[in-house]
Amino acid sequence: MTEKNLAEGREYIGISQVSGPLIAVRGIHNVGYNELAEVIDSKGNVRLGMILESSEKAAVIQVFEGTTGLSIPETKVRFKGEPLSFSVSGEIMGRVFNGLGQPIDGGPPPRAEKTMDVNGLPINPTAREYPRKFIQTGISAIDGMNTLVRGQKLPVFSGTGLPHNRLVAQITRQAKIIGEETSFAVVFAAMGIKHDVAQYFIRNFEESGVLEKVVLFLNLADDPSVERLVTPRTALTAAEYLAFDMNMHVLVILTDMTNYCESLREISTIREEIPSRKGYPGYLYSDLSLIYERAGMIRGVEGSITQMPILTMPNDDISHPVPDLSGYITEGQIVLERQLDQRNIYPPIAGLPSLSRLMKDGIGEGMTREDHAHVASQLFAAYSHVKDVRALAAVIGEEELTPLDKIYVEFGEKFEREFLSQGEYENRSIFETLDIGWKVISHLPKEELYRISEEELSKYYGK
Amino acid sequence: MRKSSNPKEVRDRAVLEIIGKVDKVIGPVVHAREIDRARMLDLVEVGEDHLVGEIVKLDGERAVIQVYEDTTGLAPGTDIYSAGVPLSVDLGPGLIGTIYDGIQRPLEVIRDTSGQYIQKGIHVSSLDKEKKWGFTPVMETGVDVSGGETVGTVQETELILHRILVPPEVAGKITWVAGAGEYTVEDVVAKVEDGSGEEVEIRMSQKWPVRRGRPSTARKPLSIPLISGQRVIDTLFPVAKGGTVVVPGGFGTGKTMIQHALSKWSDADLIVYIGCGERGNEMTDVLIEFPKLIDPRTKRPLMERTIMIANTSNMPVAAREASIYTGITIAEYYRDQGYHVAIMADSTSRWAEALRELSGRMEEMPADEGYPAYLPTRLAEFYERAGMVQTLGGADGSITIIGSVSPPGGDFSEPVTQHSKRFVRCTWALDRQLANARHYPAISWVDSYSEYIDEISGWWQENSGGEWVELRRRIMDLLQQESKLQQVVKLVGPDVLPDTQRIILETCTMFKNAFLQQNSFDQIDMYCVPEKQVKMLQIILEFYDQGLESIKKGATIHQLKRMEVVSDIMRMKFAVANDEIEKIDELRDKLTRSMERIAEMFE
Repeated sequence: MTEKNLAEGREYIGISQVSGPLIAVRGIHNVGYNELAEVIDSKGNVRLGMILESSEKAAVIQVFEGTTGLSIPETKVRFKGEPLSFSVSGEIMGRVFNGLGQPIDGGPPPRAEKTMDVNGLPINPTAREYPRKFIQTGISAIDGMNTLVRGQKLPVFSGTGLPHNRLVAQITRQAKIIGEETSFAVVFAAMGIKHDVAQYFIRNFEESGVLEKVVLFLNLADDPSVERLVTPRTALTAAEYLAFDMNMHVLVILTDMTNYCESLREISTIREEIPSRKGYPGYLYSDLSLIYERAGMIRGVEGSITQMPILTMPNDDISHPVPDLSGYITEGQIVLERQLDQRNIYPPIAGLPSLSRLMKDGIGEGMTREDHAHVASQLFAAYSHVKDVRALAAVIGEEELTPLDKIYVEFGEKFEREFLSQGEYENRSIFETLDIGWKVISHLPKEELYRISEEELSKYYGK
Repeated sequence: MRKSSNPKEVRDRAVLEIIGKVDKVIGPVVHAREIDRARMLDLVEVGEDHLVGEIVKLDGERAVIQVYEDTTGLAPGTDIYSAGVPLSVDLGPGLIGTIYDGIQRPLEVIRDTSGQYIQKGIHVSSLDKEKKWGFTPVMETGVDVSGGETVGTVQETELILHRILVPPEVAGKITWVAGAGEYTVEDVVAKVEDGSGEEVEIRMSQKWPVRRGRPSTARKPLSIPLISGQRVIDTLFPVAKGGTVVVPGGFGTGKTMIQHALSKWSDADLIVYIGCGERGNEMTDVLIEFPKLIDPRTKRPLMERTIMIANTSNMPVAAREASIYTGITIAEYYRDQGYHVAIMADSTSRWAEALRELSGRMEEMPADEGYPAYLPTRLAEFYERAGMVQTLGGADGSITIIGSVSPPGGDFSEPVTQHSKRFVRCTWALDRQLANARHYPAISWVDSYSEYIDEISGWWQENSGGEWVELRRRIMDLLQQESKLQQVVKLVGPDVLPDTQRIILETCTMFKNAFLQQNSFDQIDMYCVPEKQVKMLQIILEFYDQGLESIKKGATIHQLKRMEVVSDIMRMKFAVANDEIEKIDELRDKLTRSMERIAEMFE
């Protein structure tokens, strides 16, 4: 037996320091970094904690359930000698857990088939399968211009008060692969969101009859903020099991990533680390990537993980560190725009800043339709010109615009009202989406459509 | 010696000695005590799992180690081992077509030993030690050789003849050369008696420490462009072979797309693609796509000239820091064989952030935005390893570095962009507005620049019938005028401008859409030969010249815009294949005829 094994399971009475959610223990021996500890208060209640810093004489432990009521002499600490893990089996479906993976729906713990380290391991890039299977969400702005594919990580960048929850709920209701019946599951991780938002999603899952296919991880706004740091990890561990062990297609919804980052900043500040932008720790990018990169497909394995994180941009600022660093890791972003929302356009998906990086490989002949790429590109180009024209019209007045630019203004209006805008329960097929696209773009004269080929023009223009 | 996934059993333990004990673990940074016989930047193995690390600070009996693997579970008190050698790469046949992690472990071999996830403490050899390569000697016994000379060759891929070099610091008389035949990378293929009478064995592969540049005889001036087949790059902002480029751009502006396009189509002999802290799927994309893609010049799969280093964002941060050095050392090795190598470093910001993270955990004093004060020094050291050189063996070889930068919030005033720009001579600034309009490549013609124009204009003049310099100057001039006119247009609309000025706006719009914009998924447009670029530019300027003439005679801008030939020009990039560029001459005739018809109306 090595020295380290001896330390496992050993209990220490009395801690040396409590500061926010962190405690320090002295006089310990050989405790592994990032491993789990049980912190027991004077009444015998057990809380979980994780080792943030480990040295020969002392360890710093972050206590998930908070440090309220812990005293220096009476608190006991027991080191588990292993990192935080989550016990998984097919029975986790339909259950509700807290961020640590403990059931909170009153039921017994699900049978454990396998115990997995919640931190996960990086997927070997050579083992990955490149995602290229089109998911039809039934929403024109997504399917037509920012196509989602299976195994993608596509976040929704929103703002407070914007209908991101309704949009994501609609996607979970409608998402499907054309001509394929497969087993799917939804993993829903709530980080610091309000009770009623969580209820909204649960009700929505119930209505669409998928609740028994959903695994819920709830860390609500009034739950300990430190627990928020492991919530997405526990949820993704469940997703990895369902996808890569049970061969299911898993949609993971993480909401709200901004709250997660706030918690990270909180802990970083307490640890007196050197901050980078806006007080967030310098490792925010690396930390986020450990979450977002746990998506995708693996060669030779049936299942997949598609991630849809939701984050609210503080003050609608897309250059804020949280959306900014997320955008650098995720494969595109769906950006919601307040102006569209104020004009009562649902879904208020901003035409230009939204992007799907994996779109190019998931569309075209055999997947959607041969004209898809060119139509989408032309819509982007034309809509971008609309924005310029509108800016000009704001200065010189709409009357003074050239005749062509006036047509562009009308096109812009049509694009927003007919293409972008649709009902919350309206499920458009990709062909309907493309046809509407052609309908609005045909409003422009043919010679303006330089990104579309002659053949496609003669086949679809004005039809 | 590194073949097994269980290091304890099979590895040769003799060379590894215990040099100290773990004292404290903070993420990837490990503090050690009771350190003995350790040198700065020595490679070490830490703890029971033998995690790979490097000594970055020594202080009496204490040391700081950065560990290239996840340190979860690492406990104080465990031993630290070292073989007393710095972090090095293995250089020899078998590098090409391989995908490595940041410390040169082949990811495919890791997958075969540990499955779909990358486990900790895996030790595998960088080059396949079983595989035999056909060796042809070119040196004879008795010849005097010095470092960098070729003793024999191996056909590594159809495209690359691998030259087995005398290691840089070795010189003397050859006492023995292996005959032609099949050898592994560990076999000795020559022996050299050096000045002190000692015999040095030259193997098929050699080691080189990553943090030290490989020597060369002399730096040579740059004069040949790196042709990328991307019009905005080759025509407006070209880079010379041996040059350095920085590509800053916010997320979604297409940095990776440009890096991919260059690694596909640029006319370098060899590409080293470093995916540094970026997405896993992007590396998978390259892995799946490149074996299928055919190089337009050599008609061979692109994989036969590509080496990949993948340290994705979720892989350990310290290895991300090392990945850049691993990549450039491999590039230097092929440069020394007389090849022109291009390095894609995507993204240098992630590398700088790794520096920042490690620096922060070592509690160093931060400078700008938390980055360590030595960031500019490190950046300069990296970019200075580029260049056109005369190799020790006497050949010409070059390294071109194309480094992307991911500025937070797309703000180019941040430290990594600013410092990088100080050490490179060409910038392709990516523009958010262009990317939003899906104008790709979104290289801004306002913020980008290239200092290589003068050096490479000789090459272009020769290959364009002497017109390139003038054509380029004229279109840049028009773009300048256009951006001034746009400011007026933004205030009062285009209608108030006289048609002699509106033709400038129209020509520039045409240039942007028909020339600058390039579709990397279109079979024809993805790669554009230099000759086609020149012809396309000519016809666009022709439109301006003739159009201006017509307007002076009385034609209106609307008449010119409505000419059928205009939409032909807009589509020539898709419609005219690289091997039928004479069709553009026909278009020019058509343009002249259309202009004449308009002019007739006013005579």
